[in-house]
Amino acid sequence: MATTADHFQAHADEHHHDADHKPGFFARWFMSTNHKDIGTLYLIFAIFAGIIGGAVSGLMRWELAEPGVQIMGHIVEFLNGTPSDINHDGHMWNVLITAHGLIMVFFMVMPAMIGGFGNWFVPLMIGAPDMAFPRMNNISFWLTVAGFISLMLSAFFPGGTGNGAGTGWTVYAPLSTSGSVGPAVDFGIFSLHLAGAASIMGAINFITTIFNMRAPGMTLHKMPLFAWSVLVTAFLLLLALPVLAAAITMLITDRNFGTTFFDPAGGGDPILYQHLFWFFGHPEVYIMILPGFGMISQIVATFSRKPVFGYLGMAYAMVAIGVVGFVVWAHHMFTVGMDVNTKMYFTAATMVIAVPTGIKIFSWVATMWGGSLEFKSPMVWAMGFIFLFTVGGVTGVVLANGGLDDNLHDTYYVVAHFHYVLSMGAVFSLFAGFYYWFPKMSGKMHSEFLAHLHFWIFFIGVNIIFFPQHFLGLQGMARRYPDYTPAYEYWNHISSIGYVIMAGSMLIFFANLIYAFVAGKKAPANYWGEGATTLEWSLSSPPPYHQFETLPVIEDHHSHHDAIGAKPDTATAH
Amino acid sequence: MNFGDIARKRLHTLILASLFAVAATPQVSLAQEAAVATPPAESTVAAPAAAVAAPVAAEAPAATPAEATAIGEVVLDNTYKPLGPEWIKGAPTPGAINFQTQHTDDGRFAYGMHTFVLLPIITAISLFVLALLLWVVVRYNRKRNEVPSKTSHNTLIEVIWTVVPVLILVVIAVPSITLLARQYESAPKDALTIKATGYQWYWGYTYPDNGGFEVISNMLSEEEADKRGEPRHLAADNRMVVPVGETIRIQVVGADVIHSFGVPSLWFKIDAVPGRINERTLKINEPGIYYGQCMELCGARHGYMPIAIEALPRPQFEAWVRSQGGTVPGDAPAAAPAAAPAAAPAATPAAAVPAADASPAATAPAA
Ligand SMILES: [Cu+2]
Repeated sequence: MATTADHFQAHADEHHHDADHKPGFFARWFMSTNHKDIGTLYLIFAIFAGIIGGAVSGLMRWELAEPGVQIMGHIVEFLNGTPSDINHDGHMWNVLITAHGLIMVFFMVMPAMIGGFGNWFVPLMIGAPDMAFPRMNNISFWLTVAGFISLMLSAFFPGGTGNGAGTGWTVYAPLSTSGSVGPAVDFGIFSLHLAGAASIMGAINFITTIFNMRAPGMTLHKMPLFAWSVLVTAFLLLLALPVLAAAITMLITDRNFGTTFFDPAGGGDPILYQHLFWFFGHPEVYIMILPGFGMISQIVATFSRKPVFGYLGMAYAMVAIGVVGFVVWAHHMFTVGMDVNTKMYFTAATMVIAVPTGIKIFSWVATMWGGSLEFKSPMVWAMGFIFLFTVGGVTGVVLANGGLDDNLHDTYYVVAHFHYVLSMGAVFSLFAGFYYWFPKMSGKMHSEFLAHLHFWIFFIGVNIIFFPQHFLGLQGMARRYPDYTPAYEYWNHISSIGYVIMAGSMLIFFANLIYAFVAGKKAPANYWGEGATTLEWSLSSPPPYHQFETLPVIEDHHSHHDAIGAKPDTATAH
Repeated sequence: MNFGDIARKRLHTLILASLFAVAATPQVSLAQEAAVATPPAESTVAAPAAAVAAPVAAEAPAATPAEATAIGEVVLDNTYKPLGPEWIKGAPTPGAINFQTQHTDDGRFAYGMHTFVLLPIITAISLFVLALLLWVVVRYNRKRNEVPSKTSHNTLIEVIWTVVPVLILVVIAVPSITLLARQYESAPKDALTIKATGYQWYWGYTYPDNGGFEVISNMLSEEEADKRGEPRHLAADNRMVVPVGETIRIQVVGADVIHSFGVPSLWFKIDAVPGRINERTLKINEPGIYYGQCMELCGARHGYMPIAIEALPRPQFEAWVRSQGGTVPGDAPAAAPAAAPAAAPAATPAAAVPAADASPAATAPAA
């Protein structure tokens, strides 16, 4: 017997045993301490924030569809009730790009990856009854919501040339200090503080849970790679976010209390802010992608019916990416006027990251090699991820060269690069994870047909959006421009068409959700079959409200690759 | 010897030691490409004007032979007239998919490095991964391969996919470090200094060696740009006029927030940061107009502060300087005999150590 708890849980469904006793609606969803409920809340929140962030990018693509400023004025008039001018148009654009970046990073990808899937599946995969600090888990979620509300509020307060914070998600000083008069930027900074505090608490929770609450027999080297990925991510959060908190606190005091940390007139240095921001910001991009790596590993193994190839290499490649990720930050600042030796160092160090990343890509392929592949929806999203993340990764190698970055820095090439690794990398892994686990979480099967349709249309759409942006960047088109010279119209127009295709695919996604809840078949415990070997598949779908009250015991198979979990055929779950 | 030199030496040794001869081949062709590109246009004689007429005609299909003749006249004439739109060399091309044509030696080197080393490598890697994925789809789908293998380790293959990327990175690192070293070569002591200041939302160009006057450069309205035949959003009312074919020193500073001085066709970008003067050298090979834009988010009209550089042969450049009320060091005594004793000592230190001279305005009263 690999698990001992399941015997008892198998009956929990049927008999409404105490293990499945749920509190009333308000207590359950507003005072929740249950990791699965909090995970669900995070996912709902992330979808909601993603709709807003995605709608904002729709406004941006609409504006960029042709030269000239067409729609910013209408938005200003709609929000402020006053006629717009060139300054208000431009400021509104800056507010939108700032909102899009902050929402997608802090309120969509991070809550979905770590808050949503991390909360739901790390305890299940390691055989724990819940997170180590359930109440802190609740605080983490509601602080994230508060942070989001603070960011939304900032849009209605003066921020310099118009309402809202128009600093870019990087909030560079002095544009964010002397360059943005009014409380909007303070609301934005406050939002980052709240989201950051939430994430730090979440990180502490995950680290404690993973170190202390693994089921008997589940050593770190037997832990599923998704749990590994969240563990590495949690360390990155814990070490990086306090630096962001320090930097934006200095912004607050520069803005409101007369300090001059970033003001050269008082002996400060605007570049100091950039160093602090990117010391956080570079690990942040791995925070956004590492849990995705973990999910892809689970999914590829499941649908290949093979253990992950090079399990230890995969785990330590993530550790290596995390460590090296802390010493490459200044490649985001190649044009600030840095010393040639510094630039050479950051060029070389950045390129090093390609090595562990390559190990991961090739190990996924090797996992599939010799496997018995079944192309269910999570698998096609995962394979899409592998290809598109590779494309985004190799343009990262180009940008790593400080000398080339002199032309590409702050152009659409950079925009294309980071959307390939995030909008396609992170988001494809999110959809892969979503289709992989949605029936487990909801108890309802989604439509595989709609999920595949969603994949293909989304895949085509995002490539049409972002691939031409490489061309625009090579031709020199700057980021963060609401308007451009007519020579850039051709590819911008195509990019905007791609957005419409992508948005259409999202309708299919939501239709699929509605279908699943209205007409979806009841999901069995393990609906993916024998390839799905981690512990969550030994539980019912959805799992009982409290699982593993008696801890499952992981057998020692004397080798790593069985560590991806106990065999469901040795568990008693039906 | 700094880190860069050491790094380059080490890397060269490494690459020789490795048997990565195939991958090293693009290096050789790159070096040749750079060597071919090296002879710069000599700017003060009429010949290069004729030499560049052909590329102009090639790049701007509108240019007719008649216009090419007119171009020659403009360059020959030692008085200043703003270059017309037929001289636009650094501007985006509709629908283009690669870098803009480069007009500096470093730019050509970097362009070659991207086009002949990096682009083939990254394309090959992407296609290789795509091919692997397609292969496993075809070969290892459940119908064809019902029983999965249990292989989960292969030390040899794991070593290969760790070492090969390292070697590829070494191959990339050699031209990359070389490029960086080239970009940071310092300007000759007597190089002309021009200071570009980023303001919300326009540029100011100061000429400390020429009396310290400042030219304020604003974006042309769309109507005005159309009238002059220049691209919208890139055309400026006053251009930053520079001498062609000689290494000049560009200093960049921000007056209020951070801006960035970026010109894609010159492979030139450096941030304009308040409180610090960033300095880079620039040598434009051919006379012409080169457009750039502010490349760091600087507020509401970030998109509306273009850079227009006009590179002219020395005599025309000097004529322009005089037309702006500036002085040219050589003719200072003739132009203003009374001011000569004051102007000469002021101009010399400014030219010798412009980096230390954070306030070029100080030299202005002398002129
Ligand atoms: Cu600017």
